[in-house]
Amino acid sequence: MRKYIINSVFSLFIIGIIVSCQNQETIDLQNYMSNGKDIYKAKCQNCHGVNGEGLGKLAPPLTDSVFLKVNKARLACFIKNGANESLIIHGQEYKEKMPAFPELADIDVAQVMVFITNSFGNKQGFVPYSKVSKDLQDCK
Amino acid sequence: MKNISYITILISVGLLFASCKQERKLPFYGERHAETVKDAAGVEKIDTVYQTIPAWSFLNQDSIVTTNKSTDGKVYVADFFFTSCTTICPTMHRNLMTVYNDFKSNPDVMFVSHTIDFKYDKPHVLKKYAQKLGVDGPKWQFLYGTKDSVYTLAEKNYLVAVGEDSTAKDGYIHQGYLVLIDKDRRIRGAYDGTKEDQVEQLKKDIPVLLAEYKK
Repeated sequence: MRKYIINSVFSLFIIGIIVSCQNQETIDLQNYMSNGKDIYKAKCQNCHGVNGEGLGKLAPPLTDSVFLKVNKARLACFIKNGANESLIIHGQEYKEKMPAFPELADIDVAQVMVFITNSFGNKQGFVPYSKVSKDLQDCK
Repeated sequence: MKNISYITILISVGLLFASCKQERKLPFYGERHAETVKDAAGVEKIDTVYQTIPAWSFLNQDSIVTTNKSTDGKVYVADFFFTSCTTICPTMHRNLMTVYNDFKSNPDVMFVSHTIDFKYDKPHVLKKYAQKLGVDGPKWQFLYGTKDSVYTLAEKNYLVAVGEDSTAKDGYIHQGYLVLIDKDRRIRGAYDGTKEDQVEQLKKDIPVLLAEYKK
């Protein structure tokens, strides 16, 4: 009986650790989402719109989940350094230059990137700051 | 008997309120002065003269010389922007686009956008911009002119501040007003094109202005 109790307490403890781990990531995600939203409003929304719908053929929408997934490692570079190449989004070619935002710190880039990839119908989960920082060092 | 007098009072008060309700009229902006004019019968009287937009002539997105004649008999919305602007212009034109779509089929309404980037925004650049925005045809003119002519028109006549500023991110600063001009070239409204509620107001005011001319 005693062994049974100890065992169940121990397993509850382990489960507790796992649950709280997940919670930490959920908290991080919520944190990034809320800060990312503010940065999006200030820096991105003018062109990409309040619902990520883009602006005509001038600014692409941010709703192409496939594009976002395939280019995941480059998104941070686009956000910080802008884009000056032709991009195919939703099967449509966009050639306008996107401005750079050198004033954004790595953490800002991570937050706004997590916001974009988890809004407007996208659901690509959390990306930690450390990963984004590494992506930014590998920018071409 | 008492009841009847009550009802009478109620009705007369009601009538009073009803008669107070005037048709809404848009204000006049800018300078004004009194002038002695002769009316049709030759009788001299004093009238208020409002500020008007002077004659202008610019190249449009098709490299065609376009003058104020193109707006004759129309009310129009004017604004100042430049194509490489990343701050307020995209929002302004996103919002103005919704106004354009609402009045697309109304021949009495026009749109005039002046670029303030006299170095880069030549007509072919404006053309590309218009097409990518989703505008085609003469209803929305994108106009190119010299720095002097455009900046003077903006500040003196449309009352919109514009300028070159090397410290600004894109090299220029300007206000995001959408200015509503009536058929007699007087300024009848100015709406912040970056604010959705003001743009909604513009959509409501255009029919009010057009109604003035339907007599």
